[in-house]
Amino acid sequence: MPTEILYGVEVALNGLMAGVLYALVALGFVLIFKASGIFNYSQGVMALFAALTLVGIMEGQVPFAHLINAIFGTKIHHFGWEVPALLAIALTTIVMVVFAWLVQRFIFRHLVGQEPIILFMATIGLAYFLEGVGDLMWGSDIKTLDVGLPQGASFWIEENTAFLGGEDFYGFFIDKLDVVAAVVAAVLVAGLVIFSQYTKQGRAMRAVADDHQAALSVGISLSFIWVLVWSLAGFVALVAGIMWGAKSGVQFSLSLIALKALPVLMLGGFTSIPGAIVGGLIIGVGEKLFEFLIGPMVGGATENWFAYVLALIFLVFRPQGLFGEKIIERV
Amino acid sequence: MNDMSTEGYTTADGRKIGGVLMEMKNITLRFGGVVAIKDISFDIREGEIRAIIGPNGAGKSSMLNVISGFYVPQEGEVWFRGYRRGPMRPYQVARLGIARTFQNIALFEGMSVLDNIMTGRLNHMKSGMLAQALWWGKAEREESENREQVEKIIDFLEIQNIRKTPVGRLPYGLKKRVELARALAAEPKLLLLDEPMAGMNVEEKEDMSRFILDVNDEFGTTIALIEHDMGVVMDLSDRVVVMDYGKKIGDGTPDEVRRNQDVIDAYLGVAHD
Repeated sequence: MPTEILYGVEVALNGLMAGVLYALVALGFVLIFKASGIFNYSQGVMALFAALTLVGIMEGQVPFAHLINAIFGTKIHHFGWEVPALLAIALTTIVMVVFAWLVQRFIFRHLVGQEPIILFMATIGLAYFLEGVGDLMWGSDIKTLDVGLPQGASFWIEENTAFLGGEDFYGFFIDKLDVVAAVVAAVLVAGLVIFSQYTKQGRAMRAVADDHQAALSVGISLSFIWVLVWSLAGFVALVAGIMWGAKSGVQFSLSLIALKALPVLMLGGFTSIPGAIVGGLIIGVGEKLFEFLIGPMVGGATENWFAYVLALIFLVFRPQGLFGEKIIERV
Repeated sequence: MNDMSTEGYTTADGRKIGGVLMEMKNITLRFGGVVAIKDISFDIREGEIRAIIGPNGAGKSSMLNVISGFYVPQEGEVWFRGYRRGPMRPYQVARLGIARTFQNIALFEGMSVLDNIMTGRLNHMKSGMLAQALWWGKAEREESENREQVEKIIDFLEIQNIRKTPVGRLPYGLKKRVELARALAAEPKLLLLDEPMAGMNVEEKEDMSRFILDVNDEFGTTIALIEHDMGVVMDLSDRVVVMDYGKKIGDGTPDEVRRNQDVIDAYLGVAHD
């Protein structure tokens, strides 16, 4: 096989892997949108905050160290212990659940029945607030996150695909972390789909998304469902934060990946969990292949805009996305 | 327990009506300066079909919302199954066994008919989230039991052919029936119907009346309903409360109410001379 084609396949494969990471972020958006009709602008920041908290806990950092030192004149920065990764992940999950409860108690409980645009603006405020809190709590320097996930090129894949190139000895280069991310995403999606389709809480969640009044009349507590959903979204944010953090370090630009999730959502549909995954994969593969095939003709750097143009086309021709709920209107 | 009477009565068609299931005592509900309900008392007995009627703006829907917990009255007491009910949230009231339908239909439009009705069973499911997700042990048995119950109701209300259809696609009359099915699925002690016949044609009204009577007959469900259409109400109900401008102006069997001068005045108007 000629190396150009092989190279193209490799690009597509790497695109798939990048798509998985987009999909992980998009998943958090879908969860909250499905259950409350809120487009949660702060999802990216939640991923950042979760990753910061995880690193902070693992390294035994003292939260709000700068603030404490400034007020009391102390010089504490670290507790002097290190927390094993699994325990730290569990602790961070608890932090995200507490965060979910706070959000529901102090923001959304007071906004029940408001216009979607008001709820959306509340999440923008929440995003900046959370970014500030993250900064204040854990400091603003770039941190490395190492929870013990395998990283670097997979030689096994490279060796076992080497024969494809014949004499050129061409092996695919695929990052092990990307493979792990794909597996994690698959498990997460399977879990979420099963949760929302087959459990009582999942059914209640879909009911709440549809009609608050009706949900109350069959005995569903709105507050409980909202805390549950925000906790789930917090957990998904944590997973996304771990994957992105392990790939490119925990830094504040992490919150910007949320923007890449937007075209993913427009493609997949705001209400579909599998849609978020498929949308992510299409965007991932699409932008890599487009850069590879068309990029050289137009001077490159197509990855910056390709996803948005694709999303725009979808908005015009299929506004509900590939898997979104059909917009049914009876007149 | 309280001092409520437990002896029942027998209806004209020979059905035995039990003791008091719910009692409203001196309920007053205000919205700012507007008095929606003024010092109203009445009871609902076990196995009975009880109607609340009155002209537009009489406070019927407000009354129903007080019973179902959507409104909390400023004054008065609500007694249910022998206990005084404190201020509660609507979902807690639902868990006590009071199910309702809405005047302008509140269904989960994006979900199928079957799923909509299954939400009515939420409070009958006890197994854990993990067990349900894995379809494991008790959860499996529970889901099949609940499913069976729901299928019975679907058969009963003759909506087998639309069970997989998303509710958003159904015509109005069927939506009303699905809403009734969801309320029934909860196996309520008390079923509240808010204008079940509103906006229906004669044929649909007849169907709905038949279903209401059958539900009462088959499951022994106590039903409280609000209705505009006098004819329908008089045929259906065992006892009727008549409201006008937030006050109770009549209470009794349909025949008694029909002869009540205040009721006739409220509905037909009086000459002011």
